[in-house]
Amino acid sequence: MKADKPTTEAYQRLVKRKAPRPPLLRNVIWAFTVGGAICAVGQVFLGFFLLRGMPLREATVPAAAVMVGLGAFLTGLGVYDEIGKRAGMGAALPITGFANSITSPAMEFRSEGLVLGVGARLFTIAGPVIVWALAVALVVAAVKTLVAGPTGG
Amino acid sequence: MATRKNGQTMRFASPPSILATVSVVGPREGQGPMSGWFDVVKPDRLLGQKSWEKAECKMVEEAVELLMTKSGVRRSELDFLLAGDLLNQIISASFAARTIDVPYFGLYGACSTIAEALALGSALIDGGFATNVCAVSSSHHDTAERQYRFPTEFGTQRPPTAQWTATAAGAVMLGPRGKGKLEVTHATIGRVVDNGMKDPFDMGTAMAPAAADTIAAHFRDTGRDPDAYDFVVTGDLGAVGQPLADELLKKQGVNLEDRFIDCGKMIYDETQDAHAGGSGCGCSASVFAGYLAKNLEQGKFERILLVCTGALHSVTTYQQGESIPGIAHAVSVERSG
Amino acid sequence: MDTVTGLGLSSFAKAFVVGGAICVLAQLTLDLTKLTGAHVMVLFVVLGAIVSGFGLYEPLIAFAGAGAAIPLPAFGHALVAGTLKGAAERGFIGFVSGGLTATATGLTVAILFGFTMALVFRPRG
Repeated sequence: MKADKPTTEAYQRLVKRKAPRPPLLRNVIWAFTVGGAICAVGQVFLGFFLLRGMPLREATVPAAAVMVGLGAFLTGLGVYDEIGKRAGMGAALPITGFANSITSPAMEFRSEGLVLGVGARLFTIAGPVIVWALAVALVVAAVKTLVAGPTGG
Repeated sequence: MATRKNGQTMRFASPPSILATVSVVGPREGQGPMSGWFDVVKPDRLLGQKSWEKAECKMVEEAVELLMTKSGVRRSELDFLLAGDLLNQIISASFAARTIDVPYFGLYGACSTIAEALALGSALIDGGFATNVCAVSSSHHDTAERQYRFPTEFGTQRPPTAQWTATAAGAVMLGPRGKGKLEVTHATIGRVVDNGMKDPFDMGTAMAPAAADTIAAHFRDTGRDPDAYDFVVTGDLGAVGQPLADELLKKQGVNLEDRFIDCGKMIYDETQDAHAGGSGCGCSASVFAGYLAKNLEQGKFERILLVCTGALHSVTTYQQGESIPGIAHAVSVERSG
Repeated sequence: MDTVTGLGLSSFAKAFVVGGAICVLAQLTLDLTKLTGAHVMVLFVVLGAIVSGFGLYEPLIAFAGAGAAIPLPAFGHALVAGTLKGAAERGFIGFVSGGLTATATGLTVAILFGFTMALVFRPRG
């Protein structure tokens, strides 16, 4: 039986009254601390490449790549999900979280084989991120080029 | 022939006995408040298997093996196996049935499956189609997680309404009247109730209206009062869903007060990071087969109403924006007179 | 424009605070809406691309270093910057290929490591 609209709305009001709220302050503190700490670690690698004389724009690339490797490795060790369940977006939003989103399904679906398991499922979460980022970036760049003329970024 | 059905409720003329119950659970459940009541606690969630799915299947096989030993029902005497689980195409149940090798009904009622199996099994015995029937259902945290949500190593945060799928299997051997200490007297078969809830991380809220609907139907059909029962035990409404069901029942004039308990709230404690509580076909099955059945056997409880609740959505339906339909089946279990 | 010059103490403080603050914005989005973590990740990458379009992300990296370069919006920014750079240097072909060229290192490392980890480790649940 699908409830009629009044029943549904009355139930939604009841649910809203009783629903537990996420511990917002605790989540925010965790997200800030862990997210900040991950970025500070990233700053170590960024500093390393800057000190080797790379310009900032170039140095961010290998620094991010090292962090990706680190995130993937911590996922492999089974540590990253433990961090993530407390730190929430503090662990998911840094690029280490992107690495986690690729490594975790790759590991999980290893039991379905190397091609259709690991190969296909690797992009379960990262796929949407890449697709959306690329699509929006093309639109943004096109608009910017039309409005301001070719700028070279 | 006079019908033995009133409304949604079947009354068994010759109530089938519960000959034995078995629960097999994972390590987390074995550390919880129910730990002393389980028959087997596994030290790891893989059970020495190569995949989570194989591990869940193995749990079902072990539970049924042990159940046959405990009940003294040999394979040749077991007429039907009624089994189900959460996975697509109920693979844990069907693959275990391949090993157990007796005539098999595969059931899907999501987390309500064990009550559905007990109701149908009792009907088969009372109807004269079977002497011994095994009812079993299972769930596994990691098989459910990868099917319904995210890979297990994905570092995501669970909202406070989320429930933890129990790694557990519960099995019940039903037999002829008078052969066991407990009997199944009534079964109330639930309607599918959908109040338009859509959040797959809030199953309790989605299932609570179905639970209230079935419980109210049971009292209406049987003419019983809540005080006929020591406990009305829902399957896995959890800390969020159970108060909602309680509220919905009060609006219909059914006041359960502290008779109303929930397996999902009982299987873990607050330190176990299970948020709103346990869930899964194995949650109510193992708590019934362990804590509830054993307390009934020992005479600490006289009669309980087991109301197992299920959320009947799939990943496809919620991604397509459909709401989550709920179901609840109730079975009345009491000490033989 | 003040640029990050390496391992000074203030560069770590800026990375920590700005990186942490971006994560807090994402956390608030997660907790105050019905979006899942995956949705929030997509949203913030898209936001990074849009902010980059207004020319604001590059200065943020110059100020906060890894604090802006490590959170996912930087991926959206890198795609936009790469696309614009490609377009300026090589016209339409550069416009099409510039985004992925700029992000190729990170993506390749992510795919390679993800694949390797799946071969080496088993999920522990």
